[in-house]
Amino acid sequence: MHGRVKVKTTAQQEEEKRKEREKKLKVYLTVRDAIFKKRTNSELDEEALQLTQQLLASNPDFATLWNYRREILLHLETVKEDEEMQKLYEAELLFIESCLKVNPKSYGSWHHRGWVSSRLPRPDWKRELSLCDRCLSLDDRNFHCWDYRRLVVKASKVSVEQELQFTDRLIGSNFSNYSSWHYRSTLLPLLHPQPASDPESACQKHTRPTASPQTHGHRVCEEQLLKEYELVQNAVFTDPNDQSAWFYYRWLLGRAEREELISCVYVSREGERVAVAFSKPVNVVNLMLVLDGQPQQVEWRSVHPQFRHSPVWLCELPPSSISDINNEHNLTVHWTEKHTHRDCALYTGRMESWCRESATDQELFRSELSVEKTSVLQSELQSCTQLLELEPQNKWCLLTIILLMRALDPLGHEKETLTHFQTLKEVDPMRSSYYSDLCSKFMIENTILKMEYAEVRVFSLSDKNLSTLCHLDQLLLVTHINLCSNQLVKLPLQFTMLHCLEVLEADDNAIENLEGLYHLPKLEEVSLKNNQISKIADLSPLATCPKLTRLDLRGNPVTQADDVWAELAELLPSLTELLL
Amino acid sequence: MAADNLPSEFDVIILGTGLTESVIAAACSRVGQRVLHLDRRNYYAGNWASFTFNGLLSWIEEYKAQQELPSTKSEQGWNDQIEDEEEVIFLSSVDSSISNLEVFSYASEDSEDDEQPKAPQMDKAAEETNSCHTEAQDTDSFDSCTQSDSDPHNPEGNEQTSKIQDTCQSEEDKKDQQPIRSPEQPLEVKKKITYAKLLKEGRRFNIDLVSKLLYSRGLLVDLLIKSNVSRYAEFKNVSCILTYHNGKVEQVPCSRADVFGSKQLTVVEKRMLMKFLTFCLDFEQHQEEFQDFTDMPFSEFLKRKNLTENLQHFILHSIAMVSQDAPTNTGLKATQHFLRCLGRYGNTPFLFPLYGLGEIPQCFCRMCAVFGGIYCLRHSVHCLVVDKESGKCKAVIDTHGQRISCSNFVVEDSYIRDEQRAQTTYKQISRAVVITDRSILPSESDQQVLLVTVPPLEPSSPAVRMVELSSSSMTCMPGTHLVHLTCSSSGSAHEDLAPVVSRLFHVPNSCKEECVQGSEENEKPEVLWVMYFNMRDTSGLDNSSYNLPSNVHVCTGPDDSLGSDYSINLAELVFHQLLPDEEFCPPAPNPEDIIYDGDQGEGTTFENDAHKEGAVIEGEDEPQENKEQVFSSEPVQDSMGQEIMTE
Repeated sequence: MHGRVKVKTTAQQEEEKRKEREKKLKVYLTVRDAIFKKRTNSELDEEALQLTQQLLASNPDFATLWNYRREILLHLETVKEDEEMQKLYEAELLFIESCLKVNPKSYGSWHHRGWVSSRLPRPDWKRELSLCDRCLSLDDRNFHCWDYRRLVVKASKVSVEQELQFTDRLIGSNFSNYSSWHYRSTLLPLLHPQPASDPESACQKHTRPTASPQTHGHRVCEEQLLKEYELVQNAVFTDPNDQSAWFYYRWLLGRAEREELISCVYVSREGERVAVAFSKPVNVVNLMLVLDGQPQQVEWRSVHPQFRHSPVWLCELPPSSISDINNEHNLTVHWTEKHTHRDCALYTGRMESWCRESATDQELFRSELSVEKTSVLQSELQSCTQLLELEPQNKWCLLTIILLMRALDPLGHEKETLTHFQTLKEVDPMRSSYYSDLCSKFMIENTILKMEYAEVRVFSLSDKNLSTLCHLDQLLLVTHINLCSNQLVKLPLQFTMLHCLEVLEADDNAIENLEGLYHLPKLEEVSLKNNQISKIADLSPLATCPKLTRLDLRGNPVTQADDVWAELAELLPSLTELLL
Repeated sequence: MAADNLPSEFDVIILGTGLTESVIAAACSRVGQRVLHLDRRNYYAGNWASFTFNGLLSWIEEYKAQQELPSTKSEQGWNDQIEDEEEVIFLSSVDSSISNLEVFSYASEDSEDDEQPKAPQMDKAAEETNSCHTEAQDTDSFDSCTQSDSDPHNPEGNEQTSKIQDTCQSEEDKKDQQPIRSPEQPLEVKKKITYAKLLKEGRRFNIDLVSKLLYSRGLLVDLLIKSNVSRYAEFKNVSCILTYHNGKVEQVPCSRADVFGSKQLTVVEKRMLMKFLTFCLDFEQHQEEFQDFTDMPFSEFLKRKNLTENLQHFILHSIAMVSQDAPTNTGLKATQHFLRCLGRYGNTPFLFPLYGLGEIPQCFCRMCAVFGGIYCLRHSVHCLVVDKESGKCKAVIDTHGQRISCSNFVVEDSYIRDEQRAQTTYKQISRAVVITDRSILPSESDQQVLLVTVPPLEPSSPAVRMVELSSSSMTCMPGTHLVHLTCSSSGSAHEDLAPVVSRLFHVPNSCKEECVQGSEENEKPEVLWVMYFNMRDTSGLDNSSYNLPSNVHVCTGPDDSLGSDYSINLAELVFHQLLPDEEFCPPAPNPEDIIYDGDQGEGTTFENDAHKEGAVIEGEDEPQENKEQVFSSEPVQDSMGQEIMTE
């Protein structure tokens, strides 16, 4: 039709573009070769700056070129005046800015910018900060920029208040942003630290040198905490499926740092052994054992050679020091490093004795969340329950409710917790194993509490869908354990902490591995009916248990092996009763 | 005059430069049609136009003049051009689409510096509007609005201000009834904006006759992107949506960030709102949720969904923006559209074109000119020449008496005489334009563009839509805000909108006595100047409403909705009637992809070529030039302006 504008066809355009590309590539390669030649000849001149700039402008991720530029700039620093360098570096910043426009996530460019800023005789931090603001407004999750921003903030000493307002702003515009929430979590403890009068932080004070701001105690004063809870609630009620706010919530609810102390000292006349349990795994270097006022020369070992850090450590006293049942002994274990100790009296006529701080006393399993005030937790639980009514399928809400219930009253909420776990596994089947493990952990904790209330040394947790074992250090004194009808696949190495264990029942699981039945001095009976033990070799750890007399392996694949009787008799000569 | 040399034949002649006509012109020209685009006015965009303050005063004068002028037609001089087998259809020479125009000025008249605006400035202002107003006109309009004898003793201020109505008084009469000047307040702390200041800075205003916003996923934005016309315009995000609720202006939480940050909603309300909005996003997938409500109003549906009163208000009036009795499906669709538009360019679904809505038709005209369309302003058509046998329009006779052949004729509704109409009663749009001294939303930034929805104040009154523009939108001078109120008429514009204006703003003379007591009243923005008028809403009409040849296509004027989908749909419809096999507004090629023939082809830029090829007959009428100069001298632009980018 007449009058119509003639436009190049796509093929024509393609062809032109192709030619253009070829030409560009040729230039690129020539310049690259020229640069490498200059570098080989150690030519650190401004021409090289020119050339590298040319290439970096189109490909800002060419790390070698940035390195070369730094070499040149460092060299120029030695020959030029400050004023000249200032100009040069300013030009460099401008150039990097153009590179960032090409690729806002270029590692090389951001790193070089950080370097230039640190070399600049008179840095303009305000400008850098506003550059970061601009970049983050374009992409609030550009972690390169976040990193650089932290550098700028540190160097220019921007106040914490301002930074907190900055996170306010970013969260306000889009709260699905880990970076902002996380940054907030590092700022709040600086701005609103937990009052020092708090017993915990007070007692830590003298042990800890004046900590650097970054690592200072991660707690926040309660007034501010309440404000933060409100903020998080706004986020989770607005979009309960956004995980960033929930994670921040978890941080707010806190993870208590357990105090380091000796939680239990156990002594047994039999074998003249001492076992010491700590509140968290330690690598003992400096334990002093005093028996009836006399420091003893003993050798401490962890429960298993593989553990360099362990919550339970063992030693043998010199022969005959406590073997006479008619003598009374006083034992003290000093942990010199931590200025703490624990005493234990072994009375006449008793074969063993212990002194411990119970899990109940320590509120061990509540401290998963460490908000001190129950009332606060209670109201948080209320609002989460309210949200759950609106969003019965929300996994984050369910999980948070479980955690809050545990913090408030683990035994009282046990039934609801189990129901919630069931729902969780249904709405989030991808993570059902994780929920199983978590549920196992909580069930074990509850059983430990119940056991302590009952003041018995029998740990019974059968038919509870356990998928994993944990808190075994808390079972140091247990003599009988029943783990029947669960979904365990192994008795892990930590099982060696059950130092007093005499009878183990673990029928009807899927256990293949017994590595944890290692050097258990009192273990006499093991029942492993209907498990998955398939090789004689899998039973070899049992050979380290000197008192083992009864073993029940019925319903295991291993029983089908040839010569099983003979081999077992050889492996475990002390057995008096073997059921296959 | 250059127009004497118009070619005698075109494919399409388009009369009227409103949005629909301009889009059709661009679309036709783009696919190679020879387009002649005319407008009887001396500015582009017809009722879609934007004016400087002084330009608007001239427009008002023109309106008044037209009311007085008996339309004299000179129907002779070209009768010889009509042949026996032809007959003529006359077009209307008077535009009667505007009515009930009233102006009230409250800005103080004293001015510390410029007592009288100087003549050269007025000239400049006149050029700005691309108008050829005589200096006399401008000065006249200035006089007529300011030289008032204020009558502070008259208690009923409104009654005695100037009423410029259909039955208009003579100039002399009006001299006695000019707007009241606000009483002098000698202890003024804040520097008042005087009327003289408004005039002096008048060219900073771009006052729209039609107030609309662009839905960021509406047809207009899609078309701007698709056709590459977007390269001629810049936009600003509407920053915030407000609503008049419980006697005060409240922010409407519509995006996720708004809901998160909202202080007025409880957390449970937040969840309910988010849940409901998420449902609306793909409500078609959840039949079970609403199928029982299809015969019920949307408002009832919201109630049944157990939304709180707060939330019902927000969703009905400010998000769906439908009436109380709109059916559920309509409400859901409107909500969905709103939500889909969120986040494309910002936190609200709306864009506003810098320099006013009047820019948009001009952008399409520009595209038309670039592809060879010919433009004449102040140039209309007297009559259509219809072939008796085929019943088709074969030519037109323009106001210069020239006969120009065409195969299709597109005309804006206001050019059609009543004789050609099946009916002569219309819906009306009520409009108010208010210049205020501060924003209705007190906040750290007064450079926002706000949309305020005002639900019916009385059950019988209409729902009003209000757009408040700041100077950063290039539509008003710094220190003022330009507020547009729009509703579908139930009475005159003044009757419909004055109650809302006095509810939301501080209208000085109505408060003369209250000034002392009303500290709350002082919180509200003060009205400096206000204009009310009605615009005919012909959007309900279609081909059957006119008795015209089949190749004459009537474009109805602006409708009363917030978006422009109606006008764009109509443009596309007309285009496909004209050219069933052609694509509607395909992307304009990039300048570097255009092949120039030998005789055309020194490789100048596209823009330059536009002038060469586009043959804009009256050079000074090309509007973009002035604007671009203004633009480049405004540093604010860089950060504020937002360009629509093709995705």
